[in-house]
Amino acid sequence: MRLAFSIALRFLKSGKGQTILIVLGISVGVAVQLFIGSLIQGLQINLVNTTIGNAPQITITPTNSEKTIKEWERALYEAQISSNDIINIAVAADGPASIDYESDIDPVLIRGFKLEDGNKIYGFEEGLYAGQLPSRKDEAIIGKELADKTGTNINDRILIVSPFGGTIRLTVTGLYDLKVSSINETWVITNLETAQDILGIGNQVTGVEMQVNEVFEADIVAKSLAYTLSLSDIRVDNWKDQNQQLLSGLNGQSVSSIMIQVFVLVAVLLGISSVLAISVVQRSKQLGILKAMGIKDRDASLIFVFQGLMLGILGAILGIALGFGLLISFTTFAVNPDGTPVVPIYINNGFVALSGMFAIISAMTASLIPARLSSKLNPIEVIKNG
Amino acid sequence: MADIIRLKNINKIYGEKIKTQVLFDINLNFEEGSFNSIIGESGSGKSTMLNIIGTLDKPTSGEVYISGDRTDTLNKQSLAELRNQTMGFIFQFHYLLPEFTAKENILMPYKIHNYNVPKDVDEWADELLQLAGLTKVSKNLANDMSGGQQQRTAIARALINRPKIILADEPTGNLDSDTTENVYKILRDINEMYKTTFVIITHDQRIAEKTDRIIEVKDGRVHLDLKR
Repeated sequence: MRLAFSIALRFLKSGKGQTILIVLGISVGVAVQLFIGSLIQGLQINLVNTTIGNAPQITITPTNSEKTIKEWERALYEAQISSNDIINIAVAADGPASIDYESDIDPVLIRGFKLEDGNKIYGFEEGLYAGQLPSRKDEAIIGKELADKTGTNINDRILIVSPFGGTIRLTVTGLYDLKVSSINETWVITNLETAQDILGIGNQVTGVEMQVNEVFEADIVAKSLAYTLSLSDIRVDNWKDQNQQLLSGLNGQSVSSIMIQVFVLVAVLLGISSVLAISVVQRSKQLGILKAMGIKDRDASLIFVFQGLMLGILGAILGIALGFGLLISFTTFAVNPDGTPVVPIYINNGFVALSGMFAIISAMTASLIPARLSSKLNPIEVIKNG
Repeated sequence: MADIIRLKNINKIYGEKIKTQVLFDINLNFEEGSFNSIIGESGSGKSTMLNIIGTLDKPTSGEVYISGDRTDTLNKQSLAELRNQTMGFIFQFHYLLPEFTAKENILMPYKIHNYNVPKDVDEWADELLQLAGLTKVSKNLANDMSGGQQQRTAIARALINRPKIILADEPTGNLDSDTTENVYKILRDINEMYKTTFVIITHDQRIAEKTDRIIEVKDGRVHLDLKR
């Protein structure tokens, strides 16, 4: 076994050109795999973050005729104990209203939260570009589009017409931009009590919203939440059921990314295999004499398995380095006007290790064909043919 | 002396559809420590005979005995061990591993059996290098030596495991006459010093005449068997 290893090492060292070519082949394969894999993963994480990162991933909504949840404190408690994966729970009092300004009346959506809870889900504070969050009753923040349309500034008062015809004036303490124009144009965000007053629902809420640690587990968490909840007349929804198209898009992306990676690997595997097979033919004389001198078939084939192993390890290391180089240059050169990368790359250590392992295993698998040739080589053929 | 090699009713037929018989009922014995040559025209079957003795080839029928043990029925693994321990091969082409130095090539048969080379074997390798006149080039890679040096390295390699039998197929076929003389002198010295049995195929009449026994093979049969 050690002899096979030392012969393999010498073979690799003496055929430097060939060795470098194979190692380069493997490392380009690993680098492409790493690059494409990380890029697609980054793209997906980014997409998921922008789509549902700043939105509730599970919601509890009432199904009774009043469309309100009376015992929301119990729902809140039960949500908290149903799963460790649930985070950022917020109750909301939502309802339609109108805003009366200069010449017009436009529909708006009143959204009342305990603001520090709502902020965790929607990131209101981050979205504020002027002013601050409401701290008292009858204060609100409004979006950029709505402010532009109504000509509102900080500390201005807006006139809200409730669904029952009553009017109320709210002081605007801040202006936000949540990067979604339909939200910016319609949401009037205020604290829970103010919203409950405007909507005339007393101490009740119209929904409980929450996020989860693992967004792709939302459906499972939602199921166990529905099981835990003791309230009647409610429904538990999760983002996955509501965004089937996005999910199938993500799936398609994953599958095509895996396909690319598999074909790259197959190409690398065929390359190594053919080069090593040629090297068996090149060295058939030496292998023949080694066999005449009594080397066992197993050791004769191990020579090539060891070559595959060493080439695989070298190729994997170089390939990972090359892959990181590609990723770094991609995030450095492919940037948005504001300097952030077009696709933020997420380095997944497990994926990097997996790529490396695949390369090594492929190289060893590729060496099985030449190993078999070497094992089957009959010394008499070599010696007869000179 | 006892017979170290015994061939009994050896027939060899090549081919499946078109059968070509190259050896016909060969019965031959070689004494331990003897220095034998086999001569014959090309295609006479002498190389096939040598390969059958060396267990590299199997007879179609008949029995082969090495040191009294039958070999034609052994499996590949046991044959590899037998060759490693009891036989040394020298071919017309040296077949050295070009990736290794002269000394490493010489030690190769030992390493096949046991990777760690003890001191006495290492010294034996040095002795062989000296015997073959290779001390100066012991660290040269196989390709950095002359044809004669390469062939002498192959001879030293055949001797490292102190085999009882050396089988040589035209060992000097590629060498000029001076080098040929030199190589034969070495082979003869080894034969006398270590009582190694030699079976040498040669074209060279002068060389054959210097051996203890000349066997001429013609059309797959032993045509002449001259002992001194």
